[in-house]
Amino acid sequence: MTGERLLQVQDLTVRYQTQMGETHAVSGVTFFVNKNEVFGIAGESGCGKSTLIRALMRLLPDNAKMSAQSIEYEGEELTRLSEAKFREKILWARMSLVPQSAMNSLNPVYRVGDQVVEAIQAHKNVSKSEARERVTELFDIVGLQPDLMKNFPHEFSGGMRQRAMIAMSLALDPGLVVMDEPTTGLDVLVQERILRRIREIRSQISSSIILITHDIAVIAEMSDRIAVMYGGQIMEQAPANDLFDTPCHPYTLGLKNAFPSIRNLQQKLISIPGSPPTLLGAPSSCPFLERCPFCVQQCSQRNPENITIQPLHEVRCVRHGEAPLLREKASEKETWRSLN
Amino acid sequence: MPTSELPQTSAWRRILGEHYRIIMGNRLSAVGFVFIVLFLVVAIFAPWLAPHDPWEMLYDQEGEFASLRPPSWEFPMGTTHLGYDLFSQLILATRTTLLIGAISGGISILIGANIGLIAGYYGGKVDEVLMRFTDVLYGMPFLPFIIVLISLFGRELEFVILAIVLIIWRTSARVIRAQTISIKQRQFIAAARARGCSHLRIIYRHILPNVLPLLLLYAAFNIAWSIITEASASFLGFGDGETISWGGMLYELWLSGKTRVAWWWFTAPSLCIVLLVTSLVFVSRAYEEVANPRLRKR
Repeated sequence: MTGERLLQVQDLTVRYQTQMGETHAVSGVTFFVNKNEVFGIAGESGCGKSTLIRALMRLLPDNAKMSAQSIEYEGEELTRLSEAKFREKILWARMSLVPQSAMNSLNPVYRVGDQVVEAIQAHKNVSKSEARERVTELFDIVGLQPDLMKNFPHEFSGGMRQRAMIAMSLALDPGLVVMDEPTTGLDVLVQERILRRIREIRSQISSSIILITHDIAVIAEMSDRIAVMYGGQIMEQAPANDLFDTPCHPYTLGLKNAFPSIRNLQQKLISIPGSPPTLLGAPSSCPFLERCPFCVQQCSQRNPENITIQPLHEVRCVRHGEAPLLREKASEKETWRSLN
Repeated sequence: MPTSELPQTSAWRRILGEHYRIIMGNRLSAVGFVFIVLFLVVAIFAPWLAPHDPWEMLYDQEGEFASLRPPSWEFPMGTTHLGYDLFSQLILATRTTLLIGAISGGISILIGANIGLIAGYYGGKVDEVLMRFTDVLYGMPFLPFIIVLISLFGRELEFVILAIVLIIWRTSARVIRAQTISIKQRQFIAAARARGCSHLRIIYRHILPNVLPLLLLYAAFNIAWSIITEASASFLGFGDGETISWGGMLYELWLSGKTRVAWWWFTAPSLCIVLLVTSLVFVSRAYEEVANPRLRKR
């Protein structure tokens, strides 16, 4: 998998000014997305996934500060673009978003089709009927009847609204579509249908997708490469198969334990004890320290750096060398209980 | 392609149809609406409807000076002590009153809505400045304000309207700001932003239609308040002396000192004020039900 680079993010940090101090919601995140690839970002609530993509798309709230060494997209350095230029040239036209809770992302007073038309006309100088034709195509891609364009959002089911939002994100043939929790809040059957739809869309369009979810099962099924986030950092990233066959980071091991496996139905799920860190101040130790059953002296002294253990497989753990041992131990329930 | 023949219905046209349904869906507001239309017709055709010049000293068929006549076939609403026909005065006053109501109600809701939308949407310093300014106006007592304004500029109609507008927009600004703040936190506004919509587009295309029921409620309130305010200002002698309004008619009565004798003189304009304001309140009530469904079916 050595495709052409689409997006390369170097050392992205986002800090929120809060009353309690500076929260490092995302610190030192480095990743890339290739053309025609699905890049999954997994992690529990509050790990910085949404902040990361909001920073990428410059949709951060006012109390957030973002810095990055470089964000290169389609050969263009985005950090040098002004807000207005970014909005005009990149946002939606070349990099679009299916927002979190996309179901509520349609304005209730306008027809669904008109909202997609608005998105098209905001960036492209086309007539309304041309835009409408494009909407018909888009609705076809996401599996909605074209005459549903005339309906209002409240006449749509949750899954239909989700698909309408996906249609809207594809409106301008962007190089990259970011899907923030595209299946959250939908029931399992609709989830499955949406995922199947996204897979079908992948074969029809050439966009890359960044898929953000806390659902390991979804990410395993959909992604080519996966990054696991914890405490605002990417703990481990690897091609999907590598990550599930030879996970190295204790957090990835824990996450894997916490999800049911189809092959082994008898297996009892093991959860990771404790709760995520508060992220106040710059990271000075491994953020997973308090919940990690394998932590050693070194873990509390500094934030472990990113280590490439094999091509495309990077991990942020001081004990990355002992991965086979950790894997063996992590599958035992006792390992995780001993922390409490 | 079948969808290329989609009807080109604009959102605004659909919204208008919806408002017709809102008004007609409630019996009281339908009655109020009919009265408002009636008053509007009278106001528009006033010069042709009025049988006499409002400031013409009239004589009856016997050639006697028609001073302080009670309602009769000849003078349907009686006459003033100077022999003016009150029916004609009332009809022409309808025009002035409605004009003042529509203009000051309209301008005040325009100012109020814009200030509310902008303060609510941008928040922060913009909000702080605009809302503190509104607060200052809240501390302004109406009568001293209008006295100062009119003694500075004169008693022309436009200054009366200006004074009313400056006092009345404040409440609508506050209410619309509050509603804007609630709407702007909804997911679809963030989505519109992500889609690359400009701030202005979001304010006027995405938030405005969502605050419209509330806005129309306050438009109706503002018109009603402008009419009452104009009447009280005129009654106190701060109206435009050149044009005749319902409040102005009452002021003339007060000046003539015939309040105890000429019951017909104050009945008609007072009833008209009450009727028009009540009609407006009934119509606004229908909007209130939309804005606040808890009022429905009690």
